[in-house]
Amino acid sequence: MSDFALTVLATLNKGPVTDSRETFPGIDSQVVQGAVTSLAARNMVTFKQIEKELWAPTAEGEDIIANGSHEIRLYDEVIKSLEGLKIADVAKVLGPSGKVGQQRAFKNGWVKKDGDKLVKGVDEAPVDVTKDQLTTIKSTGTLDDAKELNELKKRKLVTKTKLVSYSIEKGPEFALEIKKLDTDLTIEMLQSGTWKTSEFKPYNFSAEGINTNGGAFHPLNKVREEFRQIFFSMGFTEMPTNQYVESGFWNFDTLYVPQQHPARDLQDTFYLKDPVKALEPEDKTYWSHVRKVHEEGEFGSIGYRYPWKPEEATKLVLRTHTTSVSAAMLHKLAKNPGPARYFSIDKVFRNEAVDATHLAEFHQVEGVIADYNLTLGDLIGFMERYFSKMGVNQIRFKPAYNPYTEPSMEIFGYHEGLGKWVEVGNSGMFRPEMLESMGLPKDLRVHGFGLSLERPTMIKYAVSNIRELLGHKVSLDFIENNPAVRFEEALV
Amino acid sequence: MPTIAVDKEDLYKSLGREYTTEEFDELCFEFGIELDEDTSQSDLPAGERPQLKIEIPANRYDMLCFEGISKALNVFLSREKAPNFKLVEAPKEKQITIVVDPSTEKVRPYVAGAVLRGVHFNQRSYDSFISLQEKLHANICRNRSLVAIGTHDLSKIKGSKISYTGVVPEKVKFAPLNQTKVMTGPELMEFYEKDRNIGKYLHLIRDSDVYPIFYDEEENVLSMPPIINSNKTKISLETNDIFIDLSGTDKTKIEVVVNQIVAMFSRYSSTPFTIEPVKIISEHNNLSRTCPNISPRKTTAEVDYINSVLGLKLSPQEICDLLSKMMLEATPSANSSNLLDVTIPITRSDILHQCDIMEDAGIAYGFNNLNRTFPADSFTIGEPLPINKVSDIVRREVAMAGWTEVMALTLCSHDENFAFLNRKDNGTEAVHLENPKTAEYQVVRTSLLPGLLKTIKENRKHSLPLKIFEVSDVVFKDTSLERQAYNNRRFGAVYAGKTSGFEIVHGLLDRVMKMLRVPWSDEKSDERGYWISELNNPTYFPGRGASIWYQEAKGSSPRQIGTLGVLHPQVLSNFEIPYVASSIELDVETFLIK
Repeated sequence: MSDFALTVLATLNKGPVTDSRETFPGIDSQVVQGAVTSLAARNMVTFKQIEKELWAPTAEGEDIIANGSHEIRLYDEVIKSLEGLKIADVAKVLGPSGKVGQQRAFKNGWVKKDGDKLVKGVDEAPVDVTKDQLTTIKSTGTLDDAKELNELKKRKLVTKTKLVSYSIEKGPEFALEIKKLDTDLTIEMLQSGTWKTSEFKPYNFSAEGINTNGGAFHPLNKVREEFRQIFFSMGFTEMPTNQYVESGFWNFDTLYVPQQHPARDLQDTFYLKDPVKALEPEDKTYWSHVRKVHEEGEFGSIGYRYPWKPEEATKLVLRTHTTSVSAAMLHKLAKNPGPARYFSIDKVFRNEAVDATHLAEFHQVEGVIADYNLTLGDLIGFMERYFSKMGVNQIRFKPAYNPYTEPSMEIFGYHEGLGKWVEVGNSGMFRPEMLESMGLPKDLRVHGFGLSLERPTMIKYAVSNIRELLGHKVSLDFIENNPAVRFEEALV
Repeated sequence: MPTIAVDKEDLYKSLGREYTTEEFDELCFEFGIELDEDTSQSDLPAGERPQLKIEIPANRYDMLCFEGISKALNVFLSREKAPNFKLVEAPKEKQITIVVDPSTEKVRPYVAGAVLRGVHFNQRSYDSFISLQEKLHANICRNRSLVAIGTHDLSKIKGSKISYTGVVPEKVKFAPLNQTKVMTGPELMEFYEKDRNIGKYLHLIRDSDVYPIFYDEEENVLSMPPIINSNKTKISLETNDIFIDLSGTDKTKIEVVVNQIVAMFSRYSSTPFTIEPVKIISEHNNLSRTCPNISPRKTTAEVDYINSVLGLKLSPQEICDLLSKMMLEATPSANSSNLLDVTIPITRSDILHQCDIMEDAGIAYGFNNLNRTFPADSFTIGEPLPINKVSDIVRREVAMAGWTEVMALTLCSHDENFAFLNRKDNGTEAVHLENPKTAEYQVVRTSLLPGLLKTIKENRKHSLPLKIFEVSDVVFKDTSLERQAYNNRRFGAVYAGKTSGFEIVHGLLDRVMKMLRVPWSDEKSDERGYWISELNNPTYFPGRGASIWYQEAKGSSPRQIGTLGVLHPQVLSNFEIPYVASSIELDVETFLIK
């Protein structure tokens, strides 16, 4: 605490201070402020801030006070030159301020034009009003005529400064001495017992707490975990999707994607240079069923009727969807058919040009329900309940096309914020010829549905660029400060 | 999905009423197409007619033009019936014959054709005709590789006998569409090399010994598929009789394509929906026939199957009524009360199985009108994948220890995975991509380090120290496996700051092991446990790298399950990291409970 604070207390003891600038001339206002706020924090004083506007001449203004205004200087020059001052010479004689002087002298009617010369317009020497006004401001800090003051301000001859001072009175804890206050309760105080007599500085409850510096999960994994909990609660088992490399067979052919389908183009799918060729699957019956369904039709299907090439099926790719794993799971299920529910949330790869909404890799959320005599209404009802767990309470279904599901439906959810329907996922029933090829019984029907993990996360966290969510460009601050996922809070 | 632009006023006129954009959007939604854009809602250049841009499912080739969309919607709205197409043969002497020469076997073996007579185009129907061919080429024809279409003004064709033959490139001579200069095969290849539209098709025949050519009776070239037509037989707004040639490499699709074209545009024939067939003589491959074959396919569908999948109890007749809205003509079968006789028109090549018929009944009924039930009868158990469960244990413990989780990319450049880490590619480990669009995606990572280090680089302005981790998969080659590769679950972490932090990542290892109930063990003891020992690995600073060893049980042999160490300054500089750093990486699959 500064000595000045003690001076303030001593002064107050004699009576209140109405204006600190008058009572303590020459003391910097910041010093005064420091003293009164710290005394006020101890309730020793109360104070009010007084703000005063003060005008002062600028450097140019000071020059005018000393040497007269530009217009009077011009008038003087015109008087001096007996035959009048050549307009062209004004700048020569008076420098850059000559132009201003000329304008104002004209305005005041002090000079007039005579051909290319300036001659005097009044006989009596005029009063230099500008200089007088500035002189007044310099001594009093203001000018009574607000309009004129404003004019001087526009001419940049005066500037405003704010003077802060304080009125100070005794507070409830007023004393001439300043007591030392403790800021925190410490173990030493407990041990010594001084906590009983210590006085504590009031706590600043509006200050922020100290940063916790803890670890954090990635937001995408937090959303993934919410999805997993929904799946577990609905009886789904997680599929072994830890297999990024797939053969064309499992990624496409088993899913009844014909070999000339655009999805199989180099433009869309990553093919492998090394290793290059998959082995044929062990189940040769299945292999030949798949071939037959494509080539000539089987299991009630007329097929695509084209020459199916094993070498296309054994090409290796990075899986373009996790449905390749679903297909392998259903093929496995055919050995011991029965109701099953599977899910996965894992990476898929597309050979796409990268932009704000596309990355070459992203995560797919996928669910599969196998049961006897499932209906389309079951799928719709299931999706309704599933999405309601994500906070999407209004959904509707649009017929769509997908090579391996029929019917196929795009799922649209109503987005309250956007006031429109947005696509939230895809769903369908796997084609009978695909399931029967695997050896699944005819009446065991299978629902499939999928959505991306990134899209709902981007909506949830208002992320507009996928690269700010997945990959090395993601900001650690974003990860560290992302709130918990609560789907029950409205999502879409 | 293809997007088709149709004239808004024409479409609403054909549908017999005006729609608001919302109403039309709703109609599209129920039918399963999507209104992408109504151009009248944006600023149209003066004189341009408003269009509706409609997205069509990839298998509905019958909706790739205005005519098809209008027809499908009118039938869906029960305003019209599906058309009945009729073949009307030309008088014998005028009938077009295409003779296929065996020389075409080597290049594009299959041929189809048809004639439309007495067509009267206006500018918009003409444009639609051209655009349909483009859409077919881009979609089902797979950029003309499977099928290519050529259309000609029949009146400019000499004689009625057309030949399709393979010609040595140098002997090909004709002036292509919109050109006057006669060119040979090689000259045509050169001429179109840089053409934005045509250049991309040249590779389909360029290196072939012969180029396929359609000639008229006087040996005038009609077209050189799949590249270009001749200028001589060019069609125009004034053309009345149109000859369509098709050539291709896919026997099924060529029939689908010729049928779609005549189905869409025979409505403009002098007698609507009549088509004049051509005779194809192709003895060498047993494909002589009259083309097109427009007889609809007859099939059956089971009533109880349709009802069961849709969860409905409709009568056979009710299902037939629904199917008629989807252009499928169906009648209850005389033979069985559970069967419907269904006629699949040539437009609906997408119907392959009775499930496709079932879906159409569902669409006509309205997916959103179905009872929303719930598949609740069966009892299944929810379970995590074991490796994900172990991964989650590690993730939780590491995050609780104050580390921040990142998710880097699985694909990276070859350098990032090898050279930048002072590692060499021995050719046996990493999976290499064939066709990445950028050098960022050359290999599938075999280590989590590249992604972690790139994340450090991007976040170097973050307060120090940086402590990040990832639990994710890397991929290794294994030629004994069907898929030739397998994923391996890894835990990786990097500490970066003003000090190397070796003991900090070491401490993290100790913590993770403790939480996985793996005790520290002395290298010389034979107890279950883990220990670390010095490792000479160029990724790490000399003398500051270590192997992580794990012995699963007393008596079992220890395995190296990972490494840790102070990163080599060269590695740091390769990744442009201005700090010192330590890393740890280990195989999480070690801790699966067998």
